[in-house]
Amino acid sequence: MEQIIDIVSWVFLIAGGLFCVIGTVGMMRMPDMFTRLHAASIVDTLGMGFLIVGMVLQAGFTLVAAKLIIIAALILLTSPVATHALAQAALHAGLRPKLDHDETGGHIAGEDASSNS
Amino acid sequence: MLYFASAVIITYFFWLVLSGHYTLLLMVIGAVSSLLVVMLASRMAVVDREGHPIDLVGRAIWFWPWLVWQIVKSGIDVSRIILSPSLPISPTLINVRATQKSAVGLVTYANSITLTPGTVSVEVEGDEITVHAITYAGAQDLAEGDMDRTVSRFEGGRRAQ
Repeated sequence: MEQIIDIVSWVFLIAGGLFCVIGTVGMMRMPDMFTRLHAASIVDTLGMGFLIVGMVLQAGFTLVAAKLIIIAALILLTSPVATHALAQAALHAGLRPKLDHDETGGHIAGEDASSNS
Repeated sequence: MLYFASAVIITYFFWLVLSGHYTLLLMVIGAVSSLLVVMLASRMAVVDREGHPIDLVGRAIWFWPWLVWQIVKSGIDVSRIILSPSLPISPTLINVRATQKSAVGLVTYANSITLTPGTVSVEVEGDEITVHAITYAGAQDLAEGDMDRTVSRFEGGRRAQ
């Protein structure tokens, strides 16, 4: 039984590590700030998530596992707020994303049409 | 009052999990300090439904696993894009409608969009969210409104029209 848990937890830990590497590689390869955000979000969702699941399996049914779950919840609740704030700040500072398709018709929520011309 | 009581209980539970010391003295001190913290918070007028939506906890039981599944699916999609040598991205900016009625629901929807790899909500105003998506297909998927309907159901407990 213990061996099975060890194997499963190592699968999760390795997957988490892999996703962290993939996210970092993506940050290097992406062309602009907004697309880099997408690569970064892999690190703090899949990378963090798989690592924490692996660590919870290692910790077993203990207080440490409960704390790890609290850390995961904290990251899942705060990281989208930070990402959104970053993207919004970039947009307000005048950085326009490199786009293949602009479906907004030049209208961005919260901006009136005159300031966007 | 309900929110005050539940905030004290949850804060105390949080304290118990973090402390790990279960002697009488320390547990009483923990109870007093969580009561004090919530009293301070209620003077700041943040102990209300918006800051502390306990009625959503029951429905979070199905919503969070659904969201985790969405995150895993789109995370694997974005990883595949990053690893493919030609980097097949088609960045798209799109406005999507949000049908949620409360601020909590709208924040849940915007955060769910951002949490899902491949889409980031860059601006929220009224019932409109501007989303930056890494592929055109991802933006179209979001515009179909599956996630919007699920978050509305999570918020309201019933299917939105």
